[in-house]
Amino acid sequence: MRVVIAEDLTLLRDGLTRLLEAFDFEVVEAVDNGPDLLPALLGHRPDVAIIDVRLPPTQTDEGLKAAIAARTAMPGFPVLVLSQHVEPLYARELLSDRDGGIGYLLKERVSDVEQFVQAVHRVAAGGTAFDPEVVAQLLARREPLAVLTPREHDVLKHIAEGRSNAAIASRLFITEKVVSKYINNIFAKLGMPPSDDDNRRVLAVLKFLDA
Amino acid sequence: MRIQAWLRTGVRAMVDGLFASVLALLNVPVLVLWLIGLVLSPVPVLGTDLFAVTTTVVRWRANLERWLGARAGIPIRRPYLPPPDRAEQGTRTWFRWIITDPATWRDMAWLLPGAVVGVGLGLIIVAITAYGLIGVGLLPLWLHLGDVWFGYGVYWPTSNNGEGWLALPQGLAILVAGLFVAPLLRTTDVLFARLFLAPTKAAELRLRVAHLTTTRADAIDAQAAELRRIERDLHDGAQARMVAVGMTIGLAERLVRRDPSAALKLLAEARATSTAALVDLRHLVRGIHPPVLAERGLEGAVQALALSLPVPTEVISHLPGRLDTPVESAVYFAVAEALANVVRHSHARSAWVTIGHVAGVLRVAVGDDGVGCADPDRGTGLHGLERRLNAFDGTMAVSSPPGGPTIVTMEVPCALSSPKT
Repeated sequence: MRVVIAEDLTLLRDGLTRLLEAFDFEVVEAVDNGPDLLPALLGHRPDVAIIDVRLPPTQTDEGLKAAIAARTAMPGFPVLVLSQHVEPLYARELLSDRDGGIGYLLKERVSDVEQFVQAVHRVAAGGTAFDPEVVAQLLARREPLAVLTPREHDVLKHIAEGRSNAAIASRLFITEKVVSKYINNIFAKLGMPPSDDDNRRVLAVLKFLDA
Repeated sequence: MRIQAWLRTGVRAMVDGLFASVLALLNVPVLVLWLIGLVLSPVPVLGTDLFAVTTTVVRWRANLERWLGARAGIPIRRPYLPPPDRAEQGTRTWFRWIITDPATWRDMAWLLPGAVVGVGLGLIIVAITAYGLIGVGLLPLWLHLGDVWFGYGVYWPTSNNGEGWLALPQGLAILVAGLFVAPLLRTTDVLFARLFLAPTKAAELRLRVAHLTTTRADAIDAQAAELRRIERDLHDGAQARMVAVGMTIGLAERLVRRDPSAALKLLAEARATSTAALVDLRHLVRGIHPPVLAERGLEGAVQALALSLPVPTEVISHLPGRLDTPVESAVYFAVAEALANVVRHSHARSAWVTIGHVAGVLRVAVGDDGVGCADPDRGTGLHGLERRLNAFDGTMAVSSPPGGPTIVTMEVPCALSSPKT
């Protein structure tokens, strides 16, 4: 699987490269600034990009902007955004094109190597991976989706974090069948017509973020 | 609404006119008293005390006039030098403080001409008002006592009941004229007083220096306190955790041959602790300078903040450029505190924030539809932020009538940097 990395801190850039190569990813380019990023993404068209929000020269949100620009040019292009902090605002912007293949994680999640690599694979496959911290921040503020039961809310939270039905089942100590029942309830309550489209999960998350 | 406001201004000017003319009558005794105090001031013990009292009376009188000026829409600032230590009252230093302050002598210079102008203009207002009121109020007496009794307005004396009745419209007309004239006369009086009682250019500068000294001290204090807090947080939080990480890894190192599974457990523990240290650091950073503020500026940061509140909050903003970092940060934390108060106290169902930059002034307002009655003097949160805004010559005003809505308005004069690309 081909990857482009954008990270300005050498230590982290090299660490990420080494880590990904240890898990059989091919790092086709590792850029250290904003202006080089978009051309690299459009030039290589990698299977997934791992991008730091804050990049030189402005040290603002250049990485995020490049990620969104790349997805405008290549709809559904899988991007995993890393940052020292997470903002629901950014999550919403990343999801605003309503396509899958989006991840948004705290940098420190990299330390849990297995989970991180899983997240990269999930995003590359068109799924989502949202940091528990973003989800927690959203949950802390209000009861956005009052129509959902607490249990359905739990399930939606796990969907937002990007877990599969099987993973959710094992976390909540229930069977996969029960999980899919919950998920169907959630989709119905959020007014999303039944379809097998993976996009529905993304849309549910978006609704969750937008509430 | 407009008529109501006009009526209120007129009536207030009439009342103030009466009040001001009575006060102006006091000017002469006040002046005489002060001169006596000045002459007697060399007398040991008693003299200095008497002079202190008479000076206080003069300043009290002048400040009343300044207050009346503010009521008439022309605020006059107090020009006095900052007093020396309270302990020095009655001493030589204190005497010199009064004598060398030009404002003292300007007050003196005003007392007599101020009395003449104040009484003169005040009497005109009082006379117009009183004559108007007589025309309206004495009508019943008029009709009761018969037709030829007295005169009013153009009928002098009145020759029949009909002319007596006409006192009513005449009185009303005079009252209306008085409502027009009184504010003008008040303005004239205040403008005259301002010639003497307002700070001179030098005094203005002195006041400005005093203001800057206070705000600078506040800013430095606030900064020092902030640094102490950061030091403490680092010391108790991330730093302590990193020590623990080091220890745990050291222990694991020793165990790795003898008991690999225990070493593995220790390593996992070390990783968990390092994550906790990062959480600490992230919270700390958010409190110093939120990353989203650095990345998105005030607009984006307030939007992100609004998104995380339990009260639905709308952000309407238009800033064509970025603000300087210190201003941005001060205003952001002020908005954050105001919104935190909305969440904590207002019971509001919705809130809003507006951000705009007009004519070199950043204006931010935070409002809610809650219960109101917010008291800026209660609690220190808003005050600390006001001090922080003061360092940029910014101001903060809170309007919160019972029943709401509460609106906190902040204004900071500042420049915008180059427009966003």
